[in-house]
Amino acid sequence: MPAAVEKLRAKRFFVTGATGFVGTALLERILRCVPDSRVVLLVRDGRRRDAAARVQREILRNNAFDRLRAELGEDGFTRMAEDRISVVPGDVGSDGLGLDDRGQEALASCDVVLHSAATVAFDAPLDRAVEVNLLGPVRVAEAIGSACGTHGTPRPHLVTVSTCYVAGNRRGAAPEEPVRENPFFVDIDWRSEVTAARRTRGDTDAASRTSERLGEFSARARSQLGPAGGPALAERTERLRREWVSDAMVEAGRARAASLGWPDAYALTKALGEVALTEATADAAQPVSIVRPSIIESALAEPEPGWIRGFRMAEPIILSYARGLLREFPGVPEGIVDVIPVDLVVAAILAAAASPPPPENDPSIVQVASGERNPLRYQVLVDNVREWFTEHPLHDEHGQPIMVPEWSFPGRGRVERQLRGATAALERTEKVVSNLPLRGRAAAWGASLEQRRSAAERALEYVELYGAYTECEAVYGVERLLELAAMEDGPDTATSLQMDPAVIDWDEYVTRIHLPSVVAHGRARTTAAKRDPDRRERRLRSQVLSEQRHLAAFDLENTLIASNVVGTYAWLASRRLSTGDRVRLVGRLLAEAPALLAADRADRSDFLRSFYRRYGGAPVEQIRTDAAEAVSDLIVSRCFPEAIRRVREHRRLGHRTVLITGAIDLVVEPLAPLFDDIVCAETTTERRDGVEVLTGHLRAAPPTAEARARALLDLCDAHGLDARECVAYADSSSDLSLLETVGFPVAVNPEPRLATIARNRGWLIEEFRTSRGHRPPLLPLAPRWRGSSPMPPTRTGSTGANPRSTR
Amino acid sequence: MSRQHEHRPRPGLVMPVDRSTPPVLMHHGEQLRLQRLPADRSRVIYPPEPLEPIEDEGAAIREALDNPIDSDPLDQRLFAGMRLTIAFDDVSLPLPPMRAPDIRQRIIEAVLDRAAAAGVDDVHLIAALALHRRMTEAELRHAVGDRVYDALAPRGQLYNHDAEDPDGMVLLGTTDHGEEVEISRRAAESDLIVYVNVNLVAMDGGWKSTATGLSGYRALRHHHNPATMTHSRSFMDRHNSELHHSNWRQGEVLRSAGVEVFQIETTLNNDLYGNGPMSVLAKREWEWTARDRAGFVATRAALDRMRPGTRRKVMHRWRAPYGLTSVQAGEVEAVHEVTTRNVYRQQLVEVEGQTDVLLFGLPYISPYNVDSILNPILVHCLGLGYFFNLYRGRPLVREGGVVIMSHPTTPEFNPVHHPSYIDFFEEVLPETTDPVEMAERFEKDYANDEWYRHLYRTGHAYHGVHPFYMWYWGAHALDHLGGVVVLGGDPATVRRLGYRPASTLDDALEIASDLVGPTPTITYFKNPPLMMADVK
Repeated sequence: MPAAVEKLRAKRFFVTGATGFVGTALLERILRCVPDSRVVLLVRDGRRRDAAARVQREILRNNAFDRLRAELGEDGFTRMAEDRISVVPGDVGSDGLGLDDRGQEALASCDVVLHSAATVAFDAPLDRAVEVNLLGPVRVAEAIGSACGTHGTPRPHLVTVSTCYVAGNRRGAAPEEPVRENPFFVDIDWRSEVTAARRTRGDTDAASRTSERLGEFSARARSQLGPAGGPALAERTERLRREWVSDAMVEAGRARAASLGWPDAYALTKALGEVALTEATADAAQPVSIVRPSIIESALAEPEPGWIRGFRMAEPIILSYARGLLREFPGVPEGIVDVIPVDLVVAAILAAAASPPPPENDPSIVQVASGERNPLRYQVLVDNVREWFTEHPLHDEHGQPIMVPEWSFPGRGRVERQLRGATAALERTEKVVSNLPLRGRAAAWGASLEQRRSAAERALEYVELYGAYTECEAVYGVERLLELAAMEDGPDTATSLQMDPAVIDWDEYVTRIHLPSVVAHGRARTTAAKRDPDRRERRLRSQVLSEQRHLAAFDLENTLIASNVVGTYAWLASRRLSTGDRVRLVGRLLAEAPALLAADRADRSDFLRSFYRRYGGAPVEQIRTDAAEAVSDLIVSRCFPEAIRRVREHRRLGHRTVLITGAIDLVVEPLAPLFDDIVCAETTTERRDGVEVLTGHLRAAPPTAEARARALLDLCDAHGLDARECVAYADSSSDLSLLETVGFPVAVNPEPRLATIARNRGWLIEEFRTSRGHRPPLLPLAPRWRGSSPMPPTRTGSTGANPRSTR
Repeated sequence: MSRQHEHRPRPGLVMPVDRSTPPVLMHHGEQLRLQRLPADRSRVIYPPEPLEPIEDEGAAIREALDNPIDSDPLDQRLFAGMRLTIAFDDVSLPLPPMRAPDIRQRIIEAVLDRAAAAGVDDVHLIAALALHRRMTEAELRHAVGDRVYDALAPRGQLYNHDAEDPDGMVLLGTTDHGEEVEISRRAAESDLIVYVNVNLVAMDGGWKSTATGLSGYRALRHHHNPATMTHSRSFMDRHNSELHHSNWRQGEVLRSAGVEVFQIETTLNNDLYGNGPMSVLAKREWEWTARDRAGFVATRAALDRMRPGTRRKVMHRWRAPYGLTSVQAGEVEAVHEVTTRNVYRQQLVEVEGQTDVLLFGLPYISPYNVDSILNPILVHCLGLGYFFNLYRGRPLVREGGVVIMSHPTTPEFNPVHHPSYIDFFEEVLPETTDPVEMAERFEKDYANDEWYRHLYRTGHAYHGVHPFYMWYWGAHALDHLGGVVVLGGDPATVRRLGYRPASTLDDALEIASDLVGPTPTITYFKNPPLMMADVK
C-alpha cells in the first residue's frame, strides 16, 4: 500500500468544491482508495435543491463513480455513501463559511481539510474572483480556527488547491516558492485589493444607473425586441444593465491582472489568496499545504482514462478548432503547454495531505506541472490535434466532414484584430437585417447571421482569454512533487498514487485519451450519418399537439392569415366605393403608409386606436355583412391552410382555442366557429339618424404586447387552466410576453427579431404558407358592390369575385 | 357561315395511327401539347362534330312547356296562390360556361312569364348545388339573367341551396334499401317544383336533379360512396349505374311523398370553340390548314410563356357558343329517357374492342373548378372519374390495363373554393388512397366539421366531404385498372395520389408495359369536346 494512503487511513476529510472537476475526482479517490476514511462535504444550498440533494444529483451521479458503483453494486454504493459521506451546507464566499453549529462541529472533528473550491472561470467578474479565490482560503482557515477553538480540538491539516500561474507572466524557472518570495512579485496589499474590488462593483453599478446609460440600455432593448410592450422591455433593459455591469467587472479584473503582470484575474486572485492565507495562518498553529496544478485536463488512468468533468479551458478551443470556427490561434510553436491530467493532481493533493508541514512553518508548496519533467510543445500538441481530427473529422449539420485549418501561429494582436473586424461586420449586417421587413426563411437567415456572429464572438473571447496562457513561457519546478512521489511504493501497485508527470506519453495521451474524451463529452457530431434535421421540430410539434395541453392561443395577422388591419380596413372601406373613390382611397393609404408603419413601430396600441377612428360613422349592419363576406374573399384566400388546420387539430385534441388579436370584433366575428374565445379590439356604437353606427372609439385598450399575456392568464384563471400547459402561436416580438407566458411557444413565420429569440431559446418555429397557386390581388380591395339597394339580399351569395360575362 | 352549317356534321371516328399520322393535339391542363403516338398499335378516338342547333329556341321551349311528356301542360299546373319553386343546375354545368344568354335563363324567363300570367306570387329560385360551393352573384346573374336576378334576389327569392341549414331541410322518407331521402324544405313544401337542367353528360338529369341537387349529406352518403361507385359501370350509363338506381329509388320516395316535379331538360351540342381563334382545337389534325397550324403554334407558345395564374385566368374566361339540340319537359323519368337519347346522339362513338393503355389529355376545367384551380384531387376525379367512365358497354381499357393522363398536377389549391381539399391532400392521402379505407377512417370527421360547414354556408367553399366524393368518383377505375401514370405531372404530388409520374410519353409507355406487357395497344381518347365511347 502506498505510504500516503496508509497515513491517511481512517482519517476524516473536510472537502470544499466537491461539485467541481478536481473536487469530484478527489472525493472519488478518497472513497475508493483510502480505507475507513470519512468525508464531510461543504456544499452550497442550490436555488432548487438543498446541499444534500445537490450531492446526490451533481456529485454521486457523475460517471466518476461508475467504477466504484461497479465494484460495490448499486446498493453497496448507496450504503457506503450514507456511511462515509456527510454533507454540511455552507459557502466559501461568506464569512465563517456560513457554517451552523453542526457544521462547525463536523469541521472541528476533521483531520484534513481539502479546499478545492474556486471560481475557475477565467472571465469571472473581479469582485467575485476576489470573494472566492482570494478570501476563500482565509475564510476556511478562520473557520477552522473558530471551530477548533470552540470544540478544543487540534487544527486539521489544510490543503488548498491553487495554480502554478500564481507565478505570473514570466519566462524561465518558477520554483515551488511562496508568492511573496517570487522576485518578480509586485508588492501589493491584498486587503486594499479586496476593498478596491468591492468599491469597483459599487462604482460600476452606480455608473450603470445614470440616465444616459439607462437610456442606452432601453434603446438597445427596443432594438432587440421591437414593440414588445412595457414589462418585456423593462425586463430586457434591466438584464442589459446587469450584463453591462458584469462585463465591466470582468474587464476590470482583466485590466487589474494585466497591470500587475498576471494573465488574468483568476491567477491574480489565487496568488493574493496564497499571500493572505500565509498571513492569516502565520501566528496560528495551523499546518498548511498549497498544491499548485497547471492546466488540469482529463484523467490519464483514474478513475477511468479520459474522465473529465465540465468544460475546461482546452476543450472549447479544441472543439471550436475541430468545427472550423477557429481559423487561427496565437501562440509560440516551440512554447510549452503545461497540461496535467487530473488524476496526477489528485494523487499529489492526497500525498501532500499525508505529509503536513510542522504547524509553525510556512505553508508547504507542491507544484503539479509537466513542463519541467516532461514538456509538451505547443507545435506537437497542435500537430497531434490536427492529425487526429483529419483522421476523425467532426461533421457539419449536412453530414459533411469538416476540414480542420492549419495554424500559422500569428501574433495574438493580429488574430484579435481579424476576429474583431469580422464580429463588427456581422453585427452591422445583423442590425440592418433585423430592421428589414423580412419573414419566414429570410428572417431565419437573419437569425443564422446572429449565430455566426456569436460564433465569431466566442472565438474572439477564447483568444482574449486563453491567448495569454499560450504566451506564458514559465517552467514550473516540481522538486517537492518528486519528493512526494518518491515516498510512494512502486508505480505499478493498483492503488498507487501516481503523480510523476514523466509517466505521460503525450502522443498517446492526446490522441488516445484526451481527444476522444473531449469529443464524446462535447457531444460533437462524429459520424457522417445525416441527422434528421426535422427530428427536433417533430419532437417539439408532438409536445405542442399533446393531449396534455390545455389551451392554444393564436395571433391573427401573419399567424393565421397573410394580412393586417390596414388591409382589412382597405377591403371594407372600398367595398361600396365608386371607382374614383377607390383610387383616392388607395392613394391616401399609400401616401400615409410610412407614417402608419412608424406609428405601428412606436406603439401598437396607440396605432390601433388612432387607426380605428377611421371606422367612425360606419353603419354596423353594413360592416357586419361585408365582414362576413370578407371571410371568404380576404381571410380565407389569404389564410395559411396549415395554420387553420392547426387550430382545428387543437380543438380535436380537446384544447381550448383562443384568438388574441388587435383586429376589431366585427371583422373577426366570422372566425368564431374556430375558437372558443376571441380576445379582440371591441368597438363601440351609437345611433346616428336612426342608424346604428360605429363611433370609431374602442371600449378598452386593444390587446397588444403584455395585455395579450394578461388576457391569456385571465382566461386560464377563469377556466382553471395552467399557463405552463398552454400553447401560443405568434409572429412578432411584440407578442413576446404572450409567448413567454405559455409553456409551449410557437413562432410562426417570425420576423427577424423573433426568429433570433425563438432560435436561441429552442422554440418551435413554423413556416405557414398561403395556398400555392392562389395569388391574392396586389391591393386588398373588395370587388365592387353591385347591389341596387344599400343592403344586400338575404341568403344570397353576393361576392362578385368573378368577371361578369358580357353579352 | 361556319363549315358545320354547310355540311352535315360527321360522326365520331376511330382512326388507327400509322407512320404518316401527324402528331395529335393533347390538352395538358391549361397548356396544349402535340404528341406523336406509336405507329401501328395506337388509335385515336375523335368526337362527332357538333350537331345542328335548334334554330328557334323560344319556339322549342314553348313547345316543350305546352306539350310535355306524360304531364299536363305547364300552364295547367300553375295557379294563383300556389307555392312555386324553380330549381336550376348550378355553375358546374355546362363546361366551359355557356355564352350569354344561358339556356337556363331562357327557360326560367319563360316559366316565370307563365307563372306571372297565372297569378303566382310565391316563387322561389334555388340554385340546386347540393354540396357544391355557393354561386357568386356574377354566376347567378349569368345563369338566370339580370332581369330575373334584380327582380328576385333583393327580395330573398333567389338564392343558393343550403344543405346544412337545419331548418331548411326536410326528411321525406326512406327507400326500400334503407336510403334516407332529404331535400330542401321550400322545395318539398311547394305545390310544384320546376327543375331546369342542362344535360351536358349522360350522368346528369332525371331524378338525380332533385334527389341529389336539392339534397344534403344525409341522403347523398347512400349513393356517393365507394361501394355504389364501384358498381356504377358506368355512371354515364343510367341503366348500368348503381348511382342512378339509388337516385331513382329516392325519386320514388319523393313521388310518394307527394312532391310534384315538372322536369325541363335540355341538351347542347359540343360546339366548344365556334369559329374563332380556338376552332383549331376541335379540328382533326390532318385537316389543319397552314393558318390553323400557325395559330396553334402561336397559342401554344403564348400559353407556355404566361405565368400559371395568368394562363388560368385566360383559359377560364372562355365561354362556349353551344347550340341547343333539344328541350323536353314533363314527367321526370320519361323526359330523361328522351334526353339521354339526345345526349347519345351527339356524343356516342362506336369503338371496337378494349385497349391495353388508355391515354387522356386532361383539360383545365372540371365541374368543380369553374373559375378556380384543377387541383390534384380534381385531376383524379376528372381522369379516373369522368373520362374513364365515359363509356357504354365495357370500359375502353381492359381490366388490369393502364391509364396515362397528361396534366401538370401541381399541388395548387384554391383556398376559398377547396379548403377541405387542402386538408384532404395533407391529412388523408398520405395515409391512404383506398376509397373504402378513407371512407371508414376520415369521411365522417370531414363531413361533420364545423369550420367546413361554416365556409360552405357562408363562403364559397365546397362542403367538407366533397373531396371524398371526388375520390370515390374514381373508385370503379381504381378497381379496374392495373396502374395509372401521369404524364408531365409533379412527381411528389403524383406519387401522393398513388400514381406513377413520367416526363415523356415513351417513359409512360415503358412504365405501362411493366404492367400490361410489351408493345401494348394504345387508345387516345381525344376529349374534349365531350364524347362517350360505345365499346363493343
